[in-house]
Amino acid sequence: MTPESGKKRLDWILSPEPALDLHGPGAGLVVGVLALQGDFREHRLMLERLGARTHEVRKAADLEGLDGLVIPGGESTTIHKLMEAYGLAGPIRDFGARGGVIYGTCAGLITVAAGTVEGAPPTLGLMDVVARRNAFGRQVRSFEADLEVEGVSGGPVRAVFIRAPWVEIAGPCVEVLATCQGHIVAAREGGVLVTAFHPELTDDTRLHELFIQMIRRRLAAVDAPHGAAAACEAGEPGRAAAAAGHR
Amino acid sequence: MTDIGTMRVKSGLADMLKGGVIMDVTNAEQAKIAEDAGACAVMALERVPSDIRAQGGVARMADPTKIQEIQACVSVPVMAKARIGHFVEAQILQSLEVDYIDESEVLTPADEANHINKWKFDVPFVCGAVNLGEALRRISEGAAMIRTKGEAGTGDVVEAVRHMRTIMGQIRKLQTLDEDELYVIAKELPAPIELVKWVAENGKLPVVNFSAGGIATPADAALMMQLGAEGVFVGSGIFKSEDPQSRANAIVKAATNYRDAAILAEVSVGLGDAMPGIDAARMPEEAKIQHRGW
Repeated sequence: MTPESGKKRLDWILSPEPALDLHGPGAGLVVGVLALQGDFREHRLMLERLGARTHEVRKAADLEGLDGLVIPGGESTTIHKLMEAYGLAGPIRDFGARGGVIYGTCAGLITVAAGTVEGAPPTLGLMDVVARRNAFGRQVRSFEADLEVEGVSGGPVRAVFIRAPWVEIAGPCVEVLATCQGHIVAAREGGVLVTAFHPELTDDTRLHELFIQMIRRRLAAVDAPHGAAAACEAGEPGRAAAAAGHR
Repeated sequence: MTDIGTMRVKSGLADMLKGGVIMDVTNAEQAKIAEDAGACAVMALERVPSDIRAQGGVARMADPTKIQEIQACVSVPVMAKARIGHFVEAQILQSLEVDYIDESEVLTPADEANHINKWKFDVPFVCGAVNLGEALRRISEGAAMIRTKGEAGTGDVVEAVRHMRTIMGQIRKLQTLDEDELYVIAKELPAPIELVKWVAENGKLPVVNFSAGGIATPADAALMMQLGAEGVFVGSGIFKSEDPQSRANAIVKAATNYRDAAILAEVSVGLGDAMPGIDAARMPEEAKIQHRGW
C-alpha cells in the first residue's frame, strides 16, 4: 500500500468530521438535505462546516422551517420513486415557489430540471433546463477536472463528475455558471442552483458558500421586496423546455 | 487537468449508491423490475447465489451477452462479478464498461493467494470482508467499496450480522487505543498501518461499506443499516421470493426509512413468502463461501 503513488493516493478522503462552526457564513440558517438515497451525509458535513444547522428530509413535514434545501447526488430514478412514494414532489415544488432556495448536485440537477432528454424519470420543473442523464458516459468515463465557476472566486474548483448529467438546453433566464467540454455543468435561476459535479466530495466549500449567499439574499429580499433580480423570474418559466418538447 | 479512474471518482460512485439497494438480476426483465422498484444499481449475473450453491461446479464471470443485455435496458449502474484474483475477467468487464466490478467469493476463486491488483483499473471494485483486517487489505489493493460477506444464497442474515458487528466493533475498539498501540494492531489484523491510523481517527472505513449475504426481508435490510451498513446488496432474496416486485419495492423503502419502525411495519405487509433459505448455523464449514478471500 503506497498512499503516495500518484493518482492512487488516498488523500481524497474527507478530513475528520468537523463540528458545527457557530461563526461560519451559514450560522443561524437551517438547511434540509433530501435524505432518500445518495450522498446526503457529505452535504450535511459541508453545510455544518459553514455553520448551518442541517436536517435530513424524508417526508413532507421535514420541510417545515427550512431556509434552504439540498437535493444530493444519488440515483435519480431511485430518488424519484421514493419522492413519489412519500408524497414529496408537490411539497418540494411548493417550497421552491414560496422562495425556498434549492441546490441540486448531479441527480439533484436532474430532479429540479424541467425535463430530461431521455423523458424519464419525471422531474420537478423548478428550473428551466433540460438535463441529459449520464451525459459523459458510464463510470469508466467519470472524471475530475479543474473548473472555473462564475461567482466563485479564488481559482478553479476541483470538479468531480460521477456518471454525471449536463444541461442540454437552458432557458433565457438561466445563468450559466460553468461549462465543461462545451456543456453546461453549473447554472442558476432565481433561487435554484445546480451543479453536475460534486463539491461535497472535496474539501472545497465554495459552492456551498454560494448556496448560502443565495439563501441570505432571499431572506434579505423578503424583508425588502423590490429586488432588481425579479425581472427575469417574472418571465415564463419553462420556455426552453417547452420549446424543445421535453416537458 | 482532467483525470479518470481516480480513487475519488471510484469511491464517489459508491457514495452515490448509499442508502440504496443493489439487486442481483439474471436477465433484462428482472433488471427492469429492479430499476422500477428503485434499486440504485443492479448486479448482472448468470445465476443468483442460491442457484450457484444448489448446482455446484465452477462459478465464473457472466457471459458478456448477458451483461450487455442488462446494460441496454436500465439506466442505473450495472455491476458484474469477477472471480477472486481473476484479473483477466476484470479486464473483460472493464472493456464492457460495467460500472463496478465485484471481486466476489460467490464465484469460484481463481487465485488462492492474490486478489486482483485493483489500482491497475479505471473501473472501481467492491470486495467482500468478514472483519476489519480483510476490509483494509482489500482497500490497500485498491477496492473503492467494501461489503460484508454474510453467507450468500442462504437467506439467513446471521452471518451478515456477525460480519457487520465484527467490523464495527473493531473500529470502535481502534478509537479507544493510544496511537502508539496501533502498530501492534496493524500487525495483528493484519492491515497497513496508514489505513489503521485513518480508521482510528475517523471511526469509519475509508470507503463506503454495504452489507451483503443473506438479506431476505425489509427488516433484514433495516437491521443491517442500523448496525452500520451504508446500503445493502440483495442477491437471491428478491427473485427467489414469491413476489419479487413487491419485495423489491419494500426493501428499497426499508433502506431509506431504516429507523422508522412504523414504515418498516407498513412495507412488511403482504409480501408473500420470502426465499426458503438455509440455516447457516447448521451448514458444514466447508460449504460456507465466506471463507474464500485472504
